Amino acid sequence: MSRPQPSMPPSVLRESLLPALRRLLPASAVLDTEEDLRPYECDGLSAYRCLPGLVALPDSIEQVQAILRLCSEYGVPVVTRGAGTGLSGGALPHASGLLVSLAKLNRILEIDPLNRTATVQPGVRNLAISEAVTPHGLYYAPDPSSQIACSIGGNVAENAGGVHCLKYGLTVHNVLGLKIVTIDGELVTLGGKTLDSPGYDLLALFTGSEGMLGVIVEVTVKLLPKPERAQVVLAAFDDLEKAGNAVAAIIAAGIIPAGLEMMDNPAIRAAEDYVHAGYPVEAQVILLCELDGTNTEVSEGIAQVRELLTNQGATEVRTAKDDAERLRMWAGRKAAFPAVGRISPDYYCMDGTIPRKHLAAVLKRISVLSKEYGLQVANVFHAGDGNLHPLILYDANKPGELERTEELGGKILELCVEVGGTITGEHGVGMEKINQMCVQFNSAELTQFHAIKAAFDPHGLLNPGKAVPTLHRCAESGRMHVHGGKLAFPELERF
Amino acid sequence: MNETDISTSLAEIVRDAAAARTPLAIHGSGSKRFLTGDIDGAPLDVTGHCGIVSYEPTELVLTARAGTPLREIEAALAEKNQMLGFEPPHHGPKATLGGTIACNLSGPRRPYSGAARDFVLGTRIINGKGEVLKFGGQVMKNVAGYDVSRLMAGSYGTLGVLLEVSLKVLPKPAQEITLTFQMGADEAIRSMNTWAGQPLPLSAACFLGDTLYIRLSGTDKGVRAAHIKLGGEQDTRGAAFWQELREHQLLFFAGEVPLWRLSVPSAAPFLDLPGKWLLDWGGAQRWLRTNANAIEVQSAAEASGGHAMLLRNAGRSKPVRPSTMVASHLARELRHAFDPSAIFNPNLSLA
Repeated sequence: MSRPQPSMPPSVLRESLLPALRRLLPASAVLDTEEDLRPYECDGLSAYRCLPGLVALPDSIEQVQAILRLCSEYGVPVVTRGAGTGLSGGALPHASGLLVSLAKLNRILEIDPLNRTATVQPGVRNLAISEAVTPHGLYYAPDPSSQIACSIGGNVAENAGGVHCLKYGLTVHNVLGLKIVTIDGELVTLGGKTLDSPGYDLLALFTGSEGMLGVIVEVTVKLLPKPERAQVVLAAFDDLEKAGNAVAAIIAAGIIPAGLEMMDNPAIRAAEDYVHAGYPVEAQVILLCELDGTNTEVSEGIAQVRELLTNQGATEVRTAKDDAERLRMWAGRKAAFPAVGRISPDYYCMDGTIPRKHLAAVLKRISVLSKEYGLQVANVFHAGDGNLHPLILYDANKPGELERTEELGGKILELCVEVGGTITGEHGVGMEKINQMCVQFNSAELTQFHAIKAAFDPHGLLNPGKAVPTLHRCAESGRMHVHGGKLAFPELERF
Repeated sequence: MNETDISTSLAEIVRDAAAARTPLAIHGSGSKRFLTGDIDGAPLDVTGHCGIVSYEPTELVLTARAGTPLREIEAALAEKNQMLGFEPPHHGPKATLGGTIACNLSGPRRPYSGAARDFVLGTRIINGKGEVLKFGGQVMKNVAGYDVSRLMAGSYGTLGVLLEVSLKVLPKPAQEITLTFQMGADEAIRSMNTWAGQPLPLSAACFLGDTLYIRLSGTDKGVRAAHIKLGGEQDTRGAAFWQELREHQLLFFAGEVPLWRLSVPSAAPFLDLPGKWLLDWGGAQRWLRTNANAIEVQSAAEASGGHAMLLRNAGRSKPVRPSTMVASHLARELRHAFDPSAIFNPNLSLA
């Protein structure tokens, strides 16, 4: 079981909280019928579902404060939801709790072109920020694949990444200020438009805290100048190791690509069938390497990268002729998940990070596991920053296949930890990877996490049961902390 | 190169201190003492815990023990044509990695590449119970658990003893040049911020006296092209200027007049306070030598959306921290969560 649930008689939700919410919010902003609650039963990880007890849709900071004060008073668990695109079940509702949707807090509050900041409400979509600041020649750098739909509040809660992380960082590197509401209903400002703030870096602590410490109600992001030019090179390889060496060679040459993505053969084929990006379908691996900067810098860099790729044994090196071709090359990569969705009834997306040098060995091990479980795996890889997304193809209608898929997924994540990586690069722990947390962290570390949580939320009302497992749960799940790669898979010790 | 792992004995000292509730004053070489003033407690020397644990140039990751001298780290990186992207000030020949991260100190490159905290990927620490804990890791992307590693940056040892830090490192730019422009403060603030909003290879911007200093970093041709676009005179002494700025060795920093640091939005208008100014970080970090009283300086900084700290007061008193600390009750709870017996740097308040 998950962490102990806050004690609260079941009647409290409907008999005490519901009438109080109705007094506080307009009728349309409090949902309590099954029909209205149904759309909120899951986030982007639809394998996990739970009908929330109630849903509230505040449209001001004051309403969020009042809602949290009520939940504190009645001891009701609170799950915060942004756009619901998360992939780890972080916004999975609580059956006897309140789901707070921040969808109505969707206004851009201020754009400050000279300071290069935008202050927005949490429900603003990631891409909407860049669109709004385009007239100033600026943009917001982190670009998770779901950026058309995902909200900035959710991005902060998950510390979202994207394909440009190696050069431009994660959400944590691009957020300057937050306003958060504590479980007591107190509004706290962290950071602002300055580059640092006195005291502890609570901004960093809140980024990626998965709704466990407070509710984010306002975000000030850093904006960057749009690069003068971006150019992409596609390279095909007949061997995984050669592709891995090519990535290392680019980095060793002192080049930091804006994006450096890798896809294996099953992913290439699926993407090509879907968007006709012009990918070489016979290749074992393709690399997409994008450089951006001033015109001069990009020209110089592209020539250098082409030479490096050729020297590393690429079977084909292709530079996008124009922006249309560049976007087509990216379209294949960005559509890799739905493309895989077309060739399999269901797929399960994993999110481990590994030190890049172990890539070839890890992919080989994944292919062994894939055969062992009889489940096909396609791999897309943020090669620049080591973030691996194996997509496990399965059919939920076949009895036992989801369970086998989850077990295979768990094995892949544990493998990532074993080679010195992590169970989640950018999707978060949420509900999904709660058991693998027991592998990555020992009990003293988990206890420290719980102490941090208790400093902000002493009664454990915020997103209970997520992100950090109880020690009891770890003992029950039978998973063990891996000590520096000393357990299992002896063949891995050779690299 | 000295390499020693004394984490076991450090953890033992912390456990004993926690049991006896004896305060500990964590220290490295002492080069950053001017930022904290004297700390009460039995000295806990971390300099003996030193050495680079691993360095993988093609992974852009270096892990070193907290007592490792910054110089040693920078020399190892330079051999592979890489560097610390936050260009840390040393403030002393024996400055350590631990002290640098504990103070979250960053140099002139900060607005364009990031602060020390931005480069921290993972840490190993001793908490107030004397437990050795590991957070984060050696990979760029890692969202498992709360980001304790970045929280350690700038916590001045009040949450734990830093044992080991993993950092993202960057390639050294092939070319760096410094340009100078003669202008007044208002125009300098406008120029620094306008240019930062354009696709230019900026890596530092500072205004001192009546001169705006701009550093460009990148490929040879890229830097030349930007020079042509911006104009300005090339300053052949540029590299020395940025180093002296970083280390507070410019003439501006000499003498007895109190030294204030103001952290404000970079485009904030020039502040009307008496004294001499130096604007670094493209306008976001402003140094002021003034005899004005603390309330006057701090109110002016706060009115422009920032905060001010008195660093050097002719060695006469402790630094004056910003008057309004953020969320002090949350900070106190958080500190207690790491250090329940209140043994780490007890008279240093970040709340």
